[in-house]
Amino acid sequence: MTKYITKRILMALLTLFIITFVLFVLIRIMPGNPFPVERMSAEMILQKRLELGLDKPILVQFKDYLSMLMSGSFGNGTSLYNGAPIKPILLKCLENSFRIGVLSIFFGTIVGLLIGIVAAINRGKFLDGLCTIVSILGVCIPSYVFMIFLQYFFSYKIPFFPYFFDSSRFLFSSIMPALSLSLLAISIIARFTRNEMIEVMNSDYVKLAEAKGVYGWELIRKHILRNALIPIVTVIAPLVVDLLTGAMVIEKIYGINGVGKLMVDAIAGQGVDYNYVLALGIVFSALYIGAMLVLDILYGIIDPRISLTAKDG
Amino acid sequence: MEKIYTPSQDDFEFIEGRNIEVDTNFASQGYWRGVFVHFTKNKFAMTGVILVTVIMLFAIFAPVFSSYTYQEIISANVDGKEIVAKSLSPQFAGSAENLFADKTFIFGTDDVGRDLWTRTWQGARVSLIIAFVAIFIDMLIGTSYGLISGYFGGRVDDILQRFIEIAGSIPTLVIISILAIFMDKGIGLVIASLLITEWIGMSKIARAECLKLKEREYVLASRTLGAGSFHIIFKQILPNTIGPIITQVMFSIPVAIFTEAFLSFVGVGIVLPQCSIGSLIEAGFGNITILPYQILPPISVLAILMLGFNLIGDGFREALAPKLEDM
Repeated sequence: MTKYITKRILMALLTLFIITFVLFVLIRIMPGNPFPVERMSAEMILQKRLELGLDKPILVQFKDYLSMLMSGSFGNGTSLYNGAPIKPILLKCLENSFRIGVLSIFFGTIVGLLIGIVAAINRGKFLDGLCTIVSILGVCIPSYVFMIFLQYFFSYKIPFFPYFFDSSRFLFSSIMPALSLSLLAISIIARFTRNEMIEVMNSDYVKLAEAKGVYGWELIRKHILRNALIPIVTVIAPLVVDLLTGAMVIEKIYGINGVGKLMVDAIAGQGVDYNYVLALGIVFSALYIGAMLVLDILYGIIDPRISLTAKDG
Repeated sequence: MEKIYTPSQDDFEFIEGRNIEVDTNFASQGYWRGVFVHFTKNKFAMTGVILVTVIMLFAIFAPVFSSYTYQEIISANVDGKEIVAKSLSPQFAGSAENLFADKTFIFGTDDVGRDLWTRTWQGARVSLIIAFVAIFIDMLIGTSYGLISGYFGGRVDDILQRFIEIAGSIPTLVIISILAIFMDKGIGLVIASLLITEWIGMSKIARAECLKLKEREYVLASRTLGAGSFHIIFKQILPNTIGPIITQVMFSIPVAIFTEAFLSFVGVGIVLPQCSIGSLIEAGFGNITILPYQILPPISVLAILMLGFNLIGDGFREALAPKLEDM
């Protein structure tokens, strides 16, 4: 088990290193000028290039950048446009996004599992049909359609929840964003849970457990859920990625200062801010790879067979 | 002793010239015929087909037959003054006090005075074209990559799969942001980002199918007869992988439509005066509290398209691999 985990962590670090390198080189060899040409003279640009060390060979620059990353700052530390340091802004945004992300994964998993379990227990009855339809709609209709409608009805028509995100009332104002962000997760997890539970319920060992006299919640928890959980963990992995995409939309809709909004501003704003793109690219990749790593290790804990049979894993 | 009957010439006659009935029922049905029957029996899948067909017909014909073009700003000349048909809701457009009562605006007009009916279907057309082009190219790239990786195996497979592993762990958003630096906003950027991200899933499926099929006897037979790798991969294995690949394509199209809508919504997609589903939703979202009717048409088209393609995909998947209980 320890060997498996060490191997996975090393693989993840290597992947992250390669991605950082590729991103860095891509951004450095880019045609064009990283500075706002219309506001700077040629001399100023030349001076700025020397100041930022852009005249050195790429590999040397990459080495400098890596050591800067290790010491905990991003890029040359500042935005190319307004000279503001990246790190504090990034941390603030990460905090907002992270809270909402965690909240929505939490909502999604709990509600999704509950719906799935209810549907599986009432298989073929009305409740099952209802759950199936809800989860099909949830998977098929893009989440931001829901987001916009939820915001329109519950924040504008019935002004119960705040229309815009307000970080001073964090929990209250993040209920709506987190809920709308978790709709996709709810429907996918519900659908999967239902199918897996039904499959497990038909298996011989559950029949044996029933014959032994195990019933009710005890049966569901100990015999069915534990075995149905593995494939459910599989679907959560891609959901984390969808969350990043969803975060971009939800942050625009609710005006949240998060990493998604930062990214949109960096690429769709007045000009592309190379330092931000690089820093955000690394942060996003790190989040993604980290999530994958955690899930891989979780598989190993839930199902010990995996680490034993995985040859290259 | 019993007499043994010997057949004579009279016992036989020629049947030449008569109609011989040939059996038209075969014991086994063709594979694709079975898939077709299974698919058409599935109510959800047929609903999907109808939804998608209706939207596609509108997207093809509505802009052609509309009396306005999608970028035309409609105005009327009243007492020498030019008045633009700005922000007319469908209810108001039909009422009598409206200056434009002689014109029809089924979905109303947007805040610059363009007809939303035409723009919605033009947008649907753009979104569908983007999705089809991108996914078609993805299919070509992904399938070839997966088949080659699966067929040759060994070191080739190792290298190709490591590459996919690393490429696959770069989040789509990061790829898009890098592309946004290289390219201008617009259709090109959307298609390029779809090209870079969507082929990976396709190649994984093609590889898995190829690994299964390359051990089959017919591949061995064809190799024994001297067929080259290229022939085996594209003539022998490819036709048998078409089913799962079509299913994947059906699931990729809604992803592509969504990606386009998402990119245009956050502002790196289609630019004005061009329009797509995403850019229309973006424009409608800006006015949602004052003019909520503007967001309804594009958002419904998006939802219907996604739902339709997903239902078709589900139907295909079930039809290709029918479970025992469904038979």
